[in-house]
This record gives sequence, structure tokens and C-alpha cells, in this order.
Amino acid sequence: MCLALPARVLTLLPDDLAVVELGGVSKEISVALVEEVVVGDYVIVHVGYALSKVDPAEAEKTLALFAEMSEAAQ
Amino acid sequence: MKYIDEFRDGKLARRIAAAIAAEARPDRRYALMEFCGGHTHAISRYGIEDLLPPAVRMIHGPGCPVCVLPIGRVDNAIAIARQPGVILCTYGDLLRVPGSKRVSLLKAKAAGADVRMVYSAADSLRIAQDNPDRQVVFFAIGFETTTPPTALVIRQAKAAELGNFSVFCNHVLTPAAITNILESPEVRELGTVPLDGFIGPAHVSTVIGSRPYEFFAEEYQKPVVIAGFEPLDVLQAILMLVRQLNEGRFEVENEFSRAVTRDGNRKAQALVADVFELRRIFEWRGLGMVPYSALAIKEEFAPWDAERRFEVETASVPDAKACECGAILRGLKKPADCRLFGTACTPESPMGSCMVSAEGACAAYWTYGRFRQVS
Ligand code: SF4
Repeated sequence: MCLALPARVLTLLPDDLAVVELGGVSKEISVALVEEVVVGDYVIVHVGYALSKVDPAEAEKTLALFAEMSEAAQ
Repeated sequence: MKYIDEFRDGKLARRIAAAIAAEARPDRRYALMEFCGGHTHAISRYGIEDLLPPAVRMIHGPGCPVCVLPIGRVDNAIAIARQPGVILCTYGDLLRVPGSKRVSLLKAKAAGADVRMVYSAADSLRIAQDNPDRQVVFFAIGFETTTPPTALVIRQAKAAELGNFSVFCNHVLTPAAITNILESPEVRELGTVPLDGFIGPAHVSTVIGSRPYEFFAEEYQKPVVIAGFEPLDVLQAILMLVRQLNEGRFEVENEFSRAVTRDGNRKAQALVADVFELRRIFEWRGLGMVPYSALAIKEEFAPWDAERRFEVETASVPDAKACECGAILRGLKKPADCRLFGTACTPESPMGSCMVSAEGACAAYWTYGRFRQVS
């Protein structure tokens, strides 16, 4: 039950609800726990609630770090 | 899928694995515990252990909420579900957990109790609104990730003055469990595998942030790397831990910076602090009694607390004799060391809780065939 994946926010609805898309499937979730969600954000969804937003710049940095750290050893 | 596929790239995985193999010194030991069941699952699913050199050993921790729920609390939930007029709602994983005499919620349901599987806490609130003449109880479990949603529905029930809804709260805390693994008296009695470093949880950390782990790094001089749940995340975290150990460092590093900050999700933390308070002690399956390791509902929300409403008393019930979940949850044994593994105990018919949830070590080993390497 701990598995959760990043999903893209498609629409914001009243009562802190939102529709998100994950692999072509859309689903209604709550964004009540996260501050300032906008359409297009990626959020980490767990048991029907967004827990945090994905920071695109940090994701890029991590991907760059994979390449860099594995290269340093070759 | 964005933020998923890039973190599963096989070529890059082999390169990171090669870096780990090149940097891990064959003459020293790297015993690394992944606390979280989500990591245990990923490690089994992607065969990460097969990519590691012999000096690096993964030890599966107790971070699976279904696995650490004590049998006494399962019995409590079953007793509540059997009361006339009650609808008991819970997450799907809990339905098959065997309680005393191997009775599960699923069996209680087959015998007539109204037990319903919900996807989220909000669903259980909706069921209460739709069934005003029934008592609806949400059987809530989980670490810091599922706690904020439970807090939210309790607040919503109070605001709506919903008289037929309550929560049976079993929320537990990650830092308390890590401390227990490192220093409980049982560890001295039973012995424990030496641990050299930790992979910190992904989603728990989105809520609590990386700050709580700073204490462990400092106090126990163990490095912690918080990692995402994708295979590259896990491999990268292992490489970062190997480097810290080689360099004699013990710091908190954050591999999952795309979703975890040092402070975490303050809005969620404030909500949890508003609704819950610490229990003085709580039983964990496999770890025993752990001080200040769980949450109870505050007095202010007493009408929505199922423990008060149904006057719940919890007995401490031992595991099935041959079940090794306790030792597995402490990292002392591997699933294949249990003689019930794959014979009397399978995901279809679990004897112990480690076989129930997909994040349990036994279920993860069974599902992805990891046991074959030892047979
Ligand atoms: S295989 Fe089953 S009985 Fe054995 S430790 Fe795992 S859950 Fe317990």
C-alpha cells in the first residue's frame, strides 16, 4: 500500500480535489495536503492524496548525477 | 511515463552497478538496511541484489505498515466489524492479514460482517455520509504517509458533526522504529545484524522531510541516504552510501530531492499535530513494545475515536510459532530461512504478515522468485 507514483494534474476541482493522469488513466484525487498546486504540476499520489510536488529542476539534477557518478568510476 | 521511465533505464542501472562494484572494497562490509517496504519491493522486483558485489548486503527493514501491525489490533478490528450495525472500512492490504486463530477481516466478512475495502480515507467518510443509520469505522494504519489523510477526514467529520463515523487509529512513526532497531534491549538479547547505513524512505520523507534523520546520522554515526522508489534511485543511494562509508562520513544525503525537502510537507505536519498525540507505548509486530512510536486521536476529537467509542482493549498475541516475521522484520533472517515460506505460507494463504502486503519481505521474495537463488 506504500507504492505511489508521480501523476500529472489535469484539472483542479472544488473542495481541493483534482483530476490527475497516470499512464493514460485519469483519476480524481485530493490535493488538500499540498500547497499551491497548479495544472501541469506532477504530484506524488498516495492512497488518493497528493503528498508532494515533483520539482522538475531537481529531477534533472538527479538524472545528471546518475550519469556523472557512474562515469567517475569507469 | 515521465519521472518513471527515466528512473528505470537498464543501461544506466548497469553503469551505476558497475560503479558500486568498482568502489566497494572487497575487504570490508557494507550492510545496508532499506527501512521501507517500498524499497524492499523495488529491490526484489528489479533484481537489484543480483547486481551488487558480495561485500554489499541489503537488509530488509520493518517499514511495511501491514507487516508491523500486531495481531491484537487485527483482532480488535474484527471485533468492531462484528458489532451489529457497523460498517468497517479499510485499505485492501489489511483484509487478508491473519489475526488470532487465522481469522482475517476477509473471513469475518464471509461470515456476515460488513467489511468494505476503500482506496482512500475519503471513501470511508463518504460511506458514513451515505449510511446515516450505520456506524462507519475507518480502520486506519500506516506510517507518516497515510496519517495526514486520516487527520483530514477526522477534521472533516468534526466540521460536519458526523455522528456515525469514527477512526480506529493505528498510525506509527518511522523514526521511533529506526531507533528501536538500533538500540532496543531485544537487540542485545536476540542479537542483530550489524548495520552500516540506511536507505531512508521515499514517501515518508516527502512528509517529514530529511531533518529527522540528522539525529541518527549524528547519534549512531550511520550514513542515511533518502531514496526514491525507482531502481536507479535505489542503486544510486547504495553508491552514495558506499562512498560515505569509504570516506568515513555519516551524513544525511537526499537522492530523492525531486520530491523531498529538508523540512518536508509542513501543511501535512501541522494537520497531524492538530489531530493526533503520541502514545506512550505501542506494540509492533516483530519489534515488540516500542515507546513513543505511534499516534492516538486527541481528546478534542474523542467522538470520532473508535477506540473510545467501542471501548477497545488490545491483548498482546504471539505470532504463529514457526513464523519468522519477527526476525525478518529486524533484518536477522531472510524469508527463505522460514520453513513455512512457500509451503504453508504463500500470498494466497499467508501465515504471517510479511507474506500479506506486496511490500512485505516474504511476499516480495515469493512474487519475484528471489527465493530461487538459495534453492
Ligand atoms: S514465510 Fe510466512 S510464516 Fe514464514 S516468516 Fe514469512 S510470513 Fe511468517
